[in-house]
Amino acid sequence: MKSTDRGPSLLRFAAPQNFYPLAGWLAPWFAAVAALLTVAGLWVGFFVAPTDATQGEVYRVIFIHVPAAWMSMFIYLVMAFWAAVGLVMNTRLSFVMSQALAPTGAMFCVVALWTGALWGKPTWGAYWVWDARLTSQALLLFLYLGFIALTRAIEDPRRADRAGAIIALVGAVNVPVIYFSVKWWNTLHQGASVSLTKAPSMATTMLVGMLVMAVASWAYTVAIALWRVRPMILERERHTEWVGAVLEREAQQQGGRA
Amino acid sequence: MQWQSWSAFWEMGGAAAYVWGSYGLTFALIALELVLVLRRRKDTVRRLLRWRRAVGKDKGRRFEPAMEPEQ
Repeated sequence: MKSTDRGPSLLRFAAPQNFYPLAGWLAPWFAAVAALLTVAGLWVGFFVAPTDATQGEVYRVIFIHVPAAWMSMFIYLVMAFWAAVGLVMNTRLSFVMSQALAPTGAMFCVVALWTGALWGKPTWGAYWVWDARLTSQALLLFLYLGFIALTRAIEDPRRADRAGAIIALVGAVNVPVIYFSVKWWNTLHQGASVSLTKAPSMATTMLVGMLVMAVASWAYTVAIALWRVRPMILERERHTEWVGAVLEREAQQQGGRA
Repeated sequence: MQWQSWSAFWEMGGAAAYVWGSYGLTFALIALELVLVLRRRKDTVRRLLRWRRAVGKDKGRRFEPAMEPEQ
């Protein structure tokens, strides 16, 4: 017999009181996967992958540079996706999700720029050049910071959600610009080493290390975003009975002080 | 194995500052993010408990239904 009193099982988790415990249950698993894959990826990156024929050892920055750059773009697209879902379906949890992702996206963006600078100095002779790839990546950081500043500056959460969603959607145009910048313009930054249409232009062990680190970054992002979204949900739903019950339980676990 | 010795590993073929500078900042930022997120959770629980008591939500186990009227 099919039960008709419940909606489709996945949609249940669009309700904050169902999503909150699910997020709390999922986050440690993703964090554990991230930790294990980071150890594995670093081991491959430092102890299995060979010295690069032209760059020597400095290329080992790649194992965080490329995953961080990918994640910084991917997270922005996910943010834009949740923003669009929020605007179309008017689901408030979607906006909260996009806001919980933004700081981690900004973090990966900083990591990509920083590791790129430290890689650029010994290979190009400069920490920074105004080339299309680097400039559009810097713009991505400002989009993240603008999104974070705007959503936090507006008092009314509904207006903050909508204003943030517009930045997220408009700024998403920049992501393909970053990705294809090395093709569209003559950049100092090298072209893609990995693409869906060509065989990768790097040693297999290098590629494996990089991909393992990319999956680790993805799992880390899921974990940290779920951990970050939980208190945001409590905040938004603070008037409800279920949050009252959650708070009581938390207070007892923290030793009854409040 | 790629390295003759641990000191060769740490020297990174002369690129130690660039390689370890990259990994150092990355893991520092991740550690900072984890600390901030866990602290925010504790702060939020404490602040919301205080808020609920102040507005009398928890008196006599009577909760108001969700509010925040539509604009």
